[in-house]
Amino acid sequence: MKTTLIMSTALAGIAFGAAAQEVNVVSWGGAYETSQVEAYNKPFTEETGIKVTMIAADNPATPLRAQVEARNVSGDVFDVEVSDAIRLCDEGALVEIDPAMLPAAPDGTPAIDDFVEGALLDCAVANIVWGTVISYNTTKFEDNPPTSAVDFFDTETFPGKRGLPKNPKRTLYLALIADGVAAADVYDVLDTDEGVQRAFDKLDTIKNDVVWWEAGAQPVQLLADGEVSMTTAYNGRIFDAMVGENQPFEVIWDGQYMDLDMFVIPVDAPNPEEAMEYLKFATDTQRLADQAQYISYGPARKSSAELVGMYKDGTTEMAPHMPTAPANLESAVLDNPEFWADHSAQLTERFNSWLANS
Amino acid sequence: MTALNFGDDMAITDPSGPATGPLTTADGKPLVKALARSQARLRRKAFFLVLPLLAFVLITFVVPIGQMLQRSFYNDGFSANMPLTSAWFAQTERGTVPDDAAWQALALDLQASAEARNIGTVGTRVNYDMPGTRSLFTSTGRKVRRGIDPPYQQTLLEIDDEWADPQLWSTMREASKPYTANFYLASVDRTRDAEGNIEQVDERQRVYVMLFWRTFWLSGLITALTFVLGFPIAHLLATLPMRKSNLLMILVLLPFWTSLLVRTTSWMVLLQQQGVINDLLVWIGIIPDGQRWQMIYNQTGTIIAMTHILLPFMILPLYSVMRTINPSYVRAARSLGATSWTAFRRIYFPQTLPGLGAGAMLVFILAVGYYITPALVGGSSGQLISNMIAQHMTGTLNWSIAAALAALLLGAVLALYWLYDRLVGVDNLKLG
Amino acid sequence: MAVPSYATPLERIWHYAYVAICVAIFFFLIAPIIVIIPLSFNAEPYFTFTEKMRSFDPEGYSLRWYDSLLTFGMQAPDAVRDTSWWADAWANAKWVKAAKNSIIIGVCSTIVATSLGTLAALGLSRPEMPFRRAIMAILISPMIVPLIITATGMFFFYSNPCELLTIFGFSPQCGRLAGTYVGVILAHATLGIPFVIITVTATLVGFDQSLNRAAASLGANPRVTFFRVTMPLILPGVVSGALFAFVTSFDEVVAVLFIAGPDQQTIPRQMWNGIREQISPAILAVATLLVIFSIALLTTVELLRRRSERIRGLSPQ
Repeated sequence: MKTTLIMSTALAGIAFGAAAQEVNVVSWGGAYETSQVEAYNKPFTEETGIKVTMIAADNPATPLRAQVEARNVSGDVFDVEVSDAIRLCDEGALVEIDPAMLPAAPDGTPAIDDFVEGALLDCAVANIVWGTVISYNTTKFEDNPPTSAVDFFDTETFPGKRGLPKNPKRTLYLALIADGVAAADVYDVLDTDEGVQRAFDKLDTIKNDVVWWEAGAQPVQLLADGEVSMTTAYNGRIFDAMVGENQPFEVIWDGQYMDLDMFVIPVDAPNPEEAMEYLKFATDTQRLADQAQYISYGPARKSSAELVGMYKDGTTEMAPHMPTAPANLESAVLDNPEFWADHSAQLTERFNSWLANS
Repeated sequence: MTALNFGDDMAITDPSGPATGPLTTADGKPLVKALARSQARLRRKAFFLVLPLLAFVLITFVVPIGQMLQRSFYNDGFSANMPLTSAWFAQTERGTVPDDAAWQALALDLQASAEARNIGTVGTRVNYDMPGTRSLFTSTGRKVRRGIDPPYQQTLLEIDDEWADPQLWSTMREASKPYTANFYLASVDRTRDAEGNIEQVDERQRVYVMLFWRTFWLSGLITALTFVLGFPIAHLLATLPMRKSNLLMILVLLPFWTSLLVRTTSWMVLLQQQGVINDLLVWIGIIPDGQRWQMIYNQTGTIIAMTHILLPFMILPLYSVMRTINPSYVRAARSLGATSWTAFRRIYFPQTLPGLGAGAMLVFILAVGYYITPALVGGSSGQLISNMIAQHMTGTLNWSIAAALAALLLGAVLALYWLYDRLVGVDNLKLG
Repeated sequence: MAVPSYATPLERIWHYAYVAICVAIFFFLIAPIIVIIPLSFNAEPYFTFTEKMRSFDPEGYSLRWYDSLLTFGMQAPDAVRDTSWWADAWANAKWVKAAKNSIIIGVCSTIVATSLGTLAALGLSRPEMPFRRAIMAILISPMIVPLIITATGMFFFYSNPCELLTIFGFSPQCGRLAGTYVGVILAHATLGIPFVIITVTATLVGFDQSLNRAAASLGANPRVTFFRVTMPLILPGVVSGALFAFVTSFDEVVAVLFIAGPDQQTIPRQMWNGIREQISPAILAVATLLVIFSIALLTTVELLRRRSERIRGLSPQ
């Protein structure tokens, strides 16, 4: 009896004692999460005393919608893509954010002018610019390395499995590029039934050689384990493996897919004030610049760009690894958030049926 | 509460039939009645012992599942947010060409719904029955949020001429009723055309029937594999002396007690291309380094890992039945001239059937609902229906179709469970 | 089982083949579990036996993955390992947190499942129990119903537990259970109940009801009878049922995926993350610890089973 009493008291202490200020941030896990923990969370907790809990999701927009629709919101800040931010905002799932509340740049430029184009929406603030790129394991192609999206679909010349994400957004564009569509025309083509069919037909040619991934850290693992010889991946994850862990990877910037990542706050967030505090803190000039020394994602503020220098090892220049570097932008596909806000549901359904029918 | 009545419902009848004079207890009451009363009291007592748990399971398990399944036939995403349009549908016959009143109702509803920021919900509901229409609602909503002026029909058609599509109006009519069987139709790859007739969905979108078949076929295959692997082991354990078999039993029970995720991880480590098995095969020289086998992230991965995980569920019931088989029957058959194969086939094997039935049904039931292992090692061709339910629950958030698929799966599992209870009896379930 | 003396040569060959097959199947059962243990000591971040490991070079082995279980998630993992370092690990390391959560949730749900389950098993094994079969079938069903269905049902219910009352015309406001310890504990208790029912009723099959009557006739009240007569006899069944319930909770991930919040991440949940994201050998280190844990549990259950059989005089032939 006595032990039960002691035990239950102890349990109550552990279980319900954590009533201190806290904020739950849902992000993409892996190396990206690490960069956010180092650049945003640690200084934030130091300065405000608010505890930050990181939760990893394959794509934080999905748990966000599920939580809002089930009226069971447990995250405070979510890191989502632009198209999802627009859609969720349309559905009334997000709190509106007034850009005037965001801190100005060190030289006094107001936030609204300091952020890059498209980085401020009704309900969202961007933090980084990132790319989805093709990467390969150099040990697999020593004499004749692949150089383009076309090579990605050429399993004769470049043998080995391919890694692709299990969603239409980051597969269909690549199929079209490999099928000869110019980067600028990708969305005009995708907007037609024939274009969608063309993309699926192209994907069909390598369907049996694809290992599908869902979380951002998976393609890096697949590449490192030799499970695939070539994969698409978020550029920062590849950079982290190449430079941070000396993996024999190489990036092909041809056909990179460039996108912004947005911070949003759901309605009914359990800690709305702390969430707003966090959002303001994490998107200020210095924090966005700091983030870039841990992972090769570009800051969404112009004023941060000049503060970006070396990787945390002190010897690697970050600039050439950024998705925004001029050389890397030559054949980049820019995200079309409106297209995906409107077509994501339908194309996802089509994609899932296509995938299951193997 | 009803609980109190159970005892009386079951009151026993007088076993002795009509007697010459009724027997009485010491205080003069008829013995039959007193006995019945005391029996009823015992029944109540037994029932009250069970009641707390029964209530607990009903509240935390049965009711939540029922509540979830309700979504498979009830969805007010359209009717609640488009009241005027829903009312127009209620007043008119199927096939009525939308008149001015209809266009006005639609326009005003769209505007109000966009302003209240629930146009996404409406679009999602219609999109369930007619894929590709969600964006029509959200994009129109964005344009009419600030207000919309007559003529409504013209304005809407200028925004998007898809609003004139009779199929769309037919679908909206379906969606305007909160109670619907359409999610069940969808979960067997059927849909309704503009006239409301049931037809198969477009070939490219047929997926659920195939997944159900795959689930049942793979579960059957896994059950057969566990039988092939489990039978010799159970037989060996049952015929060895107790001391030795207890020792070997540990080899069966250890996997049984080891975390599911641990076992799944092990298989990932073993089966991947740079994994232990492929390394070994290359090292021995069976396969060249460039042609390592793909044994994971496909059906093979699902089959191997699930067979391993479910094998103890086959071995344990088989073993407990085989233990009770008297070896002298086989010896008698042999002494009467049967070959060892005949003795096995005609004498031994039939006696193991109860254990085989119990094990096979248990393995099949568990396999049909598996989620974790296929999700981790199944790639895309090794996914089962549970994974599709999870995908709709957490990915596409089409909860209604998830509920309909879950209802069908649950129906199948409960039918098997009922059969299991008939043939084996749930109280004969044994663990370790 | 030796070959009988009257066996033909063919039968002898078959016999040895049979033994060989059995050995192979045992290998299939056990090898996957054993193979991860040495790999968890890999000095490299790979899942294969490296050259150095195969030649038993000590350099090929290291404890770095076990160390990473402590340091992952810490505020200052590289600080000097003094008391504050350990305090940091205890408070912040993700795996340590997960272990604490698993234990809290496991113990509490086991207490709920075992107490309610034992009581019910006592009722169920009385011959007078009405609707025995149907009720038994309901109580066992959490084990049979696919977890994904159970978890989704619980997800909606625990998100808004009061919604249930709206059926009866009430519309009260109340908090949610999803994302709380109580929610996960209740869910896991539900999943553990069938195991308690099965093991305890199995123990009660050999239970002689006249012992209770004897105690009563000697003047013991029902409470005393229960604690002094019934309980000691069924205790082994209760304890092994409790262990099953604990393991069920300790190994459960689907319900946690659906209803746990960020504060209730358990070991399996953390493993699920790890396996899907960065399957570093750290996962194998956890797996190794879990295998050792299951060996301990298995031994306990085996000892209990034997004790129970001895007490009930059912010792094997």
